[in-house]
Amino acid sequence: METTRLIIVAVGGQGNLLASKVLGEAALISGVPVRMSEIHGMAQRGGVVESAIVFGDAESSIISDNEADILLGFEPAETLRAINRANKNTIVITNTAMPPPFTVAIGKGVYPPIDTIKTLLQEKCKSLVAIDAMKIAREAGTPMSVNIVLLGALVQSGRLGFTKETMMEAIKRRTKKDFLPMNIKAFEMGFEAAKASKG
Amino acid sequence: MLLGNEAIARGAVEAGVAFASTYPGTPSSEISLNLFQMSKESDLYFEYSTNEKVALEVAAGAANSGLRTFCMMKHVGLNVAADPLMTLAYVGVTGGMVILSADDPSMFSSQNEQDNRYYAKFGNLPMLEPSSVPEAKDMIQYAFDLSEQLNQPVLFRTTTRINHSNTYVTFGDIKERKTRGRFIREPGRCVTVPAVSRQLHVKVLEKMDKAKEISETSPLNTVEGSGRLGIITNGVSYYYARDAVKDLGLEARILRIGFSNPLPEQKIKDFLAGCDKVLIIEEGEPFMEEAVKAFAQEEGIMITISGKSKALFSRLYEYDPAMVREKTAAFFNIPYTPTTKIDTTNIPPIPMRPPNLCSGCSHRATFYEVQQAAKGMDIICPNDIGCYTLGFLPPLSTGDFVICMGSSVSTSCGFSKATDQKVISFIGDSTFFHSGITGLVNAVFNNHNFTLVILENGITAMTGHQPHPAADMEQFGFSGYGRVNIEALVRAIGVQHVSVIKPFKVRKSIDTIKEALSFKGVSVVISQEPCMLYAKSIKILNARPFRVTDKCKDHKDCINSIACPSFYIEDGRVKIDADTCVGCALCAQICPENAITPIKK
Repeated sequence: METTRLIIVAVGGQGNLLASKVLGEAALISGVPVRMSEIHGMAQRGGVVESAIVFGDAESSIISDNEADILLGFEPAETLRAINRANKNTIVITNTAMPPPFTVAIGKGVYPPIDTIKTLLQEKCKSLVAIDAMKIAREAGTPMSVNIVLLGALVQSGRLGFTKETMMEAIKRRTKKDFLPMNIKAFEMGFEAAKASKG
Repeated sequence: MLLGNEAIARGAVEAGVAFASTYPGTPSSEISLNLFQMSKESDLYFEYSTNEKVALEVAAGAANSGLRTFCMMKHVGLNVAADPLMTLAYVGVTGGMVILSADDPSMFSSQNEQDNRYYAKFGNLPMLEPSSVPEAKDMIQYAFDLSEQLNQPVLFRTTTRINHSNTYVTFGDIKERKTRGRFIREPGRCVTVPAVSRQLHVKVLEKMDKAKEISETSPLNTVEGSGRLGIITNGVSYYYARDAVKDLGLEARILRIGFSNPLPEQKIKDFLAGCDKVLIIEEGEPFMEEAVKAFAQEEGIMITISGKSKALFSRLYEYDPAMVREKTAAFFNIPYTPTTKIDTTNIPPIPMRPPNLCSGCSHRATFYEVQQAAKGMDIICPNDIGCYTLGFLPPLSTGDFVICMGSSVSTSCGFSKATDQKVISFIGDSTFFHSGITGLVNAVFNNHNFTLVILENGITAMTGHQPHPAADMEQFGFSGYGRVNIEALVRAIGVQHVSVIKPFKVRKSIDTIKEALSFKGVSVVISQEPCMLYAKSIKILNARPFRVTDKCKDHKDCINSIACPSFYIEDGRVKIDADTCVGCALCAQICPENAITPIKK
C-alpha cells in the first residue's frame, strides 16, 4: 500500500488532536494502517501543536522535513512556517483566518500579509486550497468546528482516498453527540468550500 | 487507537499490576493519569507520591510484599529515585516490579536529554526497550514475568515518540490481580548493612548472569533480512531503519535489540561474524555501540563498525526517517538523492509564538508584584520547574537560575551567602513538596538570608492537573485523602517571617512582599490563588471579562508590564479579548487611568 504522509499544524486550542483522532478512525474504518505522532509542548499556553500522520505501509510514526505529501494548516502563518516540512509535490490546505501570535497582537511583531502567504505556498508547492475555516465554522453553528471544516477540505482533495461517508462515520464515532449535526454541516461546508476554492 | 502511554497503562493492567506509584512528568504523565482513573473504578492501588524517590520506595514496599508493582517517571525523575534504585537492585523483589523511565530525546519538555539506559548498566537492572506502541503494551507483560523470574526490578525505557504516538492496539485479556500481599522477614536479603550487602552484590551479579542467558534467547532480540551488511538498532530507530532498508532496496540484516541490558553477547558476536560492515542506529549515547565494538575486539572480528561520528549519527536530539535513510545510504555506499528542499530564502520572517502564562494566571500577578516590591534592588531570582518557569520571559523577566526540581530554594542558600544581592526565589506548591522542603530546612538551620515565594495554586498544573499533598481532594470528587497545610508546614520548619498574599489584590500584595523582602533571614511569601485553567475546568470560576474604556490614555502600561495574552491592539489602541479574559482584574489595578472595567451584562 502506498504511503501518504500528512502534517497538521495548529495553534493550541484549535482542535487538531481531535482532527487527528477522526482521521485515525477513518483509516481504521478503511482498513488503512496508520501511525500518528504529536508534539504539543505547551499547547495550553499558546504554543504550536503539530501532528504527523503516516497512512499506509511505512512503519515510522514521524515525518521528516520535506517529506509531507499533504500539509494541513489551521492558521496561515503556521502553515507557512511549516513549509520546510513540504516539497514541490506537496498539496497544501490552509485556513486563512488567524488567531494572530501574541507578539503581533500587542504590536511587537509583523504578520505577513495573507496574500503573500498564499502566493508563497502556491508557488513553492504543488497546489493550494485556502479557505476561511473560521467564517465557515461560525456559519455551521460554532467556531469550535474549525477543525472539522478543514477535514472537509482535506477529504475533498481526494489525496487520502477516504470517502465522504467514511469521514462522516468517523466524525460520528469520535466527536461529541451534541455537536454532531453542527459537525456534519461544518464538514460538508468545508468540502464544498474547498471545491469552490479550486474553481 | 491508543496513545503510547494509554497502551502502556493497558499493558500493565493486562499483566495484572496491583500497585502503582508515580510523580507526574512529561512524557510519562498520561500513563499515571489512566492508572489513576482505573484505580477509582477497580481494586488497583495507585498513588501520586510526593516525588520519584518516594514513589520508588513506596513501590519497593509493595513489590517486597509480593504484589505486581509498577512505578513510572520521566527520565530526570530517575535521578531523584537513583538512591533507592541502586540498592533495591541488590535487595530485589518478591513480586514483579517494573520501573518505567520516559526519556525525552530532543527535549520536547525537559531540561536535559540524558540517556537512562546507563542506569540499567550502572545499577544491574535488566532493561527492555519497545520500538512501537503495540509492542510497548505487550512488552510490559514480558517485563513483569522477567522480573518475577529473576526477583529483580526491571527497567522499562521508552522515548517520547513511543509515549506520544498513536496507533491501533489489540487488547489482550486482563490477568487476575493479586491485591493483598504479605511481607516475609528476610534480614539477610532486606537489611543492607555492609555484611549483608557484600553478599548481595555477589548475588546481583549472579542474577545478571542469568538475565544475560535469558537475553541471548529472548524473542525481544530479533534478526531479520539477509546479506552481509548489518544494522544493529533499538527503540523507534528500528522502524526508521526498516523503512530505510526498504526505500533504498538494500540487502541487509537487522538485529533489533529489545532486551538491552544485559545485551545478548553471543547473539551479537554471531551476528557480527556474518557481516562485512555494521551500522549501529541508536538515539542518544553510544550505549550499544561501545559494547558491540568490545565484543568484536574479543572475537578478533576486524570489520568496520560505526554509529556515532561526525559523518554519521549524532549524540544530539531524536532521529527521523530521512536522516536514517541518508546515513544508511552513505555508510553502505548506496546512491541516494534526498527530496529536494524548498527554497525558503524569500519566506518573510514569521512572528514566533512563544508559550505564555495563561490569561488570568495568578503567577503573572505574583511576578509583577515582586518586581514592583523589589524596584531599585539588585536581585537574583532562582526559579523552579513548572508553568511559572515561563516567568523568565519578558516583560515579567523573573527567573534567573533553574536546574532541577527544588533547586530554587537550595541555590538561593548559595547565592545569598556568596553575593550581596537580594535573593528572591520562586517555587510551585507541587515542586515545594517534591524537593523544596529540605532546602528550606537547610536555610533555617544555616540562617540564610532570602525570600522564598511559594506559588500555591492547588494543583500540579504543568503536567496536566494532577493532585498534590495540599490539593483539595474533595474538590476533585475523591474522599479518603489527607491534606497538608503549606503555611503551617513552613511555620513548623521555623521560618521567622511568613506571609500569605492573594495575588489579585495588587496593592496589598506589593506591601506584604516589601515587608518580607526587608526581613533579614529566611522569609516566605505564600501566594494563594487556584490555577485558573483548573478552576475553570471544575467550574468554580466563572469568567467575568473586562474591557478597555474611553478613559484609556494609551500609556500601554498594561501590555508593557504584564503582557496578558488577552490583550490585542486594534487601530493602535489596546483592546481585551472578551472570549479569553477571565476577569482576574490585574490589568485594571495597574492601569493609571482606571480605564479597564468589567463588562456589564
